[in-house]
Amino acid sequence: MRRSMLFLPGNSPNILLNANFLGSDSIILDLEDAVAPTEKDSARILVRNAIQSLGYTKEIIVRINPIDSPYWKKDLETIVAVKPDMIMPTKVSGAEDIKTIAAYIGKLEDELGLEQGKIKLIPLIETALGVERAFEIASADPRVTCIFLGGEDFTADLRCVRTKPGNEIFYARSRMVVAARAAGVEVMDTPWTDVEDYEGLIEDAKLAKSLGFSGKASISPRHIPFINEVFSPTEAEIQYAKDVMETIEKAKAEGKGVVSLRGKMIDAPIVNRARQVLETAEAIKEGR
Amino acid sequence: MIKQRACAGTLESSDIYVEVAPAAAGSGLALDITSVVFAQFGEEIERVIRETLQDLEIADADVRVSDRGAVDCTIRARVETAVRRGKGEE
Repeated sequence: MRRSMLFLPGNSPNILLNANFLGSDSIILDLEDAVAPTEKDSARILVRNAIQSLGYTKEIIVRINPIDSPYWKKDLETIVAVKPDMIMPTKVSGAEDIKTIAAYIGKLEDELGLEQGKIKLIPLIETALGVERAFEIASADPRVTCIFLGGEDFTADLRCVRTKPGNEIFYARSRMVVAARAAGVEVMDTPWTDVEDYEGLIEDAKLAKSLGFSGKASISPRHIPFINEVFSPTEAEIQYAKDVMETIEKAKAEGKGVVSLRGKMIDAPIVNRARQVLETAEAIKEGR
Repeated sequence: MIKQRACAGTLESSDIYVEVAPAAAGSGLALDITSVVFAQFGEEIERVIRETLQDLEIADADVRVSDRGAVDCTIRARVETAVRRGKGEE
């Protein structure tokens, strides 16, 4: 379950200490934009030690530097050894980027005697080319289990202004969701960047959920409870899902082929959706 | 071997500022530690620093640290970064 993922700067010991207690389902330890070029070495060593020693129980994602920077290989050489759940490659614009990174992780896993393929990838897609190639990125390697839209860099690449209503990223959002679902992976929405505007955040998260996103990233711990709530099934949704499953079980026992609930025919997509709702509710209950 | 003076870390809360400088072969480690929690954890901080330097095979160095309540993994990270920079690896 990944409703929310929280960006935290990789070179701040105080923040890394508290990372596990900020309420997000996943933690993104950032080696990229949040770290000055002169501190890249420092951040990757600190993040490595934090993962190794602080006993994080949340999903750990490490955002590495872009493939056209001099840092990404050293990032991986330092971080792969401590087996984060996921690596987030940045500014991904095609399948080749993913294949290169996946191959390098594979080589390091081999050298370190680690299980092959255990570390997954969540490519950050934040260029026009990346969005156009979202499906090929999502299906480039079995390590890719989720893709993530970065709205800020994307709109800069489009040469348009990032606005609160987000009309300028509507196409990219839809395209990303379709690409992800077609490739059978999850998809995370861009952060809401106005830290104080909670109403705007809730509306933005609801829009992302309605489009099919699995969850949403955040740059502020204060946004996390709102995001978790929007991306959790409501009591009514859980009850409906239970009713669907009960109705379908009853129909099976009675040998009925077609059944309806509250005047609506229950078909395979409705059953699948009900199953997903119950699985998500169960995961939230168990804190998975 | 430390080839040049180098530093790592900050004076922010929960961090530690580490400075390393070259020392003559055979002169050993000279440690100068200040910490906001020196009374409670001074010995532990020194132990972690010495252990980290040993792991990095540094036998001779002048090391000055100013601790702001860093946990062990932060102390180790900052010492390692300073040493790597001092060796000219970064």
